[in-house]
Amino acid sequence: MAPEQEKASAEATVPAIRLAGLRRDYGERTALDGVGLTVGAGQSLVVLGPNGAGKTTLLRILATLLRPSGGEAVVLGCSLPDEAWKLRGRIGYLGHEPLLYRDLSGRENLRFHARLHGITGAPAEAQIAALLAAAGMERRADERIVELSAGMRQRLAICRCVLHEPELLLLDEPDSNLDAEGRELARGLIGPGTGSTRVVVTHDPERFLPEADQVLRLGIGETATVS
Amino acid sequence: MTSSRAAFAAILAKDLRSELRTLQSLPAMALFSVTTFVIFRFGLDRTQLSGSLAAGVLWATLLFAAVLGINRLFVAEREEGGFDAIRLAPIDRSVLFSAKAAALVIYLLALELVAVPIFALFFLQDLGGLAPLALVLLLADLGLAATGTLISSMAVNSRARDLLVPLVLLPLVVPLMIAATGATEPLLALGGPGYHRFGTWLMVLGLYDLIFGLVGYAVFDFLLED
Repeated sequence: MAPEQEKASAEATVPAIRLAGLRRDYGERTALDGVGLTVGAGQSLVVLGPNGAGKTTLLRILATLLRPSGGEAVVLGCSLPDEAWKLRGRIGYLGHEPLLYRDLSGRENLRFHARLHGITGAPAEAQIAALLAAAGMERRADERIVELSAGMRQRLAICRCVLHEPELLLLDEPDSNLDAEGRELARGLIGPGTGSTRVVVTHDPERFLPEADQVLRLGIGETATVS
Repeated sequence: MTSSRAAFAAILAKDLRSELRTLQSLPAMALFSVTTFVIFRFGLDRTQLSGSLAAGVLWATLLFAAVLGINRLFVAEREEGGFDAIRLAPIDRSVLFSAKAAALVIYLLALELVAVPIFALFFLQDLGGLAPLALVLLLADLGLAATGTLISSMAVNSRARDLLVPLVLLPLVVPLMIAATGATEPLLALGGPGYHRFGTWLMVLGLYDLIFGLVGYAVFDFLLED
């Protein structure tokens, strides 16, 4: 087998996410304990659980924004936290906060994030224009974030999340604040059709379970289960 | 990895654009310094200052005005998710330190463009020392920016941020202020500027800038960890 084919074959067989006995403590409180699962490349994992079960903590660990307290976490072939630096730029993270500066416009925010990810000039402008169109935000793109509704901020946050074409999408309540049209548009940007591996944290199983390859159920003080 | 130069330019441009749009730091810094000069003028009941007293009034005012800007330096990153965005991007995190320090230097220079002429108007009769004073201001600004950026990034996650910044920053900038006033004193001497030990104090300022610049650059990455 040619080296390039071998590499491609190896990448295809390496899971996008592999967790074993993952734990995270905040002081004496354990937020996440004993989470283990494997998610293949291009698959969707839906994470369910009540408030305080550790869903957002799990997502932030996968995004390299939090260090695990114990256990093993390998994301896109990189072991966390030691190889977290290799993952930067390969993850699209949509959290509770839109990560947009309130006093800049949507377009200025997207330009800023594009530059941080090394996308500049005409390609950046084309990419931003395409995303704004896909999110239905072209007409409001030059208004400051502080002047936009929560739903419009969420649409821009989704644009920001996929701007650099990440391999892994980490989505925390991606539909929050979105109306029916917004949800449909968001589906085109961060839905299962994108081809990226997805981890979706949600309180709306009816909406996301049909597109799940695996489901992780987290409970407070209970063992996490995968189905 | 995104080039550090591109990331530096992006963060600095974002900060300056936000400040120009909101005017959250600079007007407060300028107003504070002007008010303080007025208080000194009437409090000291003097229309002319020179030597060490002039240097002390100038640097005490600039330092406390700078604290106002330093307090707000990372507020947008904390409240609007900038820290997370930068930690997710393929950039050297120390670039954030450099860009924030550069933004602070620009704020301080803008402050001094307003404050120093007013200081001269209120207290100085001989303006000959103002040209070499620009070099002292620049070197002191660099040191203040390096230390201020470091302390501001540490204090921003605390609810007692407004208290922590001056409490931690002021002791650290004592050597900087000694050197800055030492270099300024002969420039504002009665009868025209002198240069006694001026070069020595400039070297002390340069050394302070170098040390705190390197310390900030080296430890900043660790400060951004959870």
